[in-house]
Amino acid sequence: METAVHARGAVERVEDRPVPTTPGISLPFALALQRLVRPNRVWYALAVWLEATPWAYRAFTFGEKLVKGKLFGCRMCAQCALPATAYACPMSCPKQLRNGPCGGVAVNGDCEVYPGLRCVWVVAYERAASAGRTADLRRLQRPIDQRAWGRSSWVNYWQHRDEGLWTAGSSFAPAPPIEPR
Amino acid sequence: MSAAGSRLRDALRERRFAVTAELSPPRGADPDAVRRAARVLHDWVDAANVTDNQGAMVRLASWAGAVLALGEDVEPVMQLQCRDRNRMALQSDLLGAAALGITNVLLLTGDHQKFGDHPDARGVFDLDSVQLLWTARTMRDSGKLLSLKALKPPPDWLIGGVENPFAPPLAFRAERLGKKIAAGAEFVQTQYVFDVARFTEWMGAARELGLTQRCGILAGVGPIRSLRALDRMKQIPGIVIAPGIEARLRGVAEDRVLPESIAICAEIITELRAVPDLAGVHVMAFGAEHLVPEIVERAGLGRRAHAQVNEHVG
Repeated sequence: METAVHARGAVERVEDRPVPTTPGISLPFALALQRLVRPNRVWYALAVWLEATPWAYRAFTFGEKLVKGKLFGCRMCAQCALPATAYACPMSCPKQLRNGPCGGVAVNGDCEVYPGLRCVWVVAYERAASAGRTADLRRLQRPIDQRAWGRSSWVNYWQHRDEGLWTAGSSFAPAPPIEPR
Repeated sequence: MSAAGSRLRDALRERRFAVTAELSPPRGADPDAVRRAARVLHDWVDAANVTDNQGAMVRLASWAGAVLALGEDVEPVMQLQCRDRNRMALQSDLLGAAALGITNVLLLTGDHQKFGDHPDARGVFDLDSVQLLWTARTMRDSGKLLSLKALKPPPDWLIGGVENPFAPPLAFRAERLGKKIAAGAEFVQTQYVFDVARFTEWMGAARELGLTQRCGILAGVGPIRSLRALDRMKQIPGIVIAPGIEARLRGVAEDRVLPESIAICAEIITELRAVPDLAGVHVMAFGAEHLVPEIVERAGLGRRAHAQVNEHVG
């Protein structure tokens, strides 16, 4: 009963259904954009204002979803892992794996659930390797807060709420006890 | 810190070449099916994995299978996957396992529901396998739930995971093992090894990262019982069957496929015993536990130490 896959192989994007997505922009370009949205006092003030102004928050979140959905297959988990995954979104993995690929990746690098689409972690590793950033992928990603779906991850990021998303080191030393963020 | 009275833990700590095998619970409510399989395995394994809705097919619960195995003096490794449970159910099942005397748990993400008998089910995937390993270690060593509420007393088990050295991205597979070890895995069992050269390469990468001394690695092995099973296994995501092995199985008469596959499996184990730092093998005979004794014996591994002090015969 697979209804989302059309005959020509295109995949309909259904909210709440993760479909592996290869980013629409290169890693260097994503990193350049990242520099523009890096937290500062201006963004912080905007974030505070947005949260105090429901109509503006709704409009802003709509825009964020449009842009990030188009570029990364963003589903608005509001706890953006992209900076640590070479901008391949792990929430577009059908198992929503935030810590690396599952064991079912096909020999050609395709997702086991959607043959014909590349595994997001294969894409993440290739992008990270080409930029010398594979150490990013070693960080342990903490469980997400499932209450945050649909919120703006930028507003959270600018208010430093994303700081506990992943562990600091990339050495495989025993991680500190897991804690809610 | 780790589970008291665990044969698997002792074997890994003493660097004896460990043997585990898979014990598939039945589709049905017959306890004797589990007991029979457990009795077959008793003399030959340090511990038996009781699978958890393996292949996304509903079967008798892994905790119940584990308790039935304990009744036959077979040490269980209770598998627990993230597809069917959220973080609350995972933690409560882990506590239940400890209370029932289950000394080993194996924590994994689980096959996608698309491949099983309930493709219409919602997959949960609230935590991933690394997060679940991390949660279990925190429950045991810090005595805390994910909510930070204290556990009195904390549970006690040996914590295991899985890894597939044969699936892309190959260069990341040793690092993924490292993440699992950083999170809390003390042993891992791998996907079927049919290509010992590639496996040895992965072990080498793990050794370079300093991982093989921190975690007991058990190589997955198993017989391909028929040409039909061969075709089926080739369809399973993540299993890579070396062309040489396929040619050998197709090169013999139909009724010789099973003995040939047992011979191949025993040969692979023999080859694997030469891989530096390998802690043991994990035999997956999926519903054909009766083949395990012959495979283990032909690989020259013999009965386990606990077999001699017990009246069970294999």
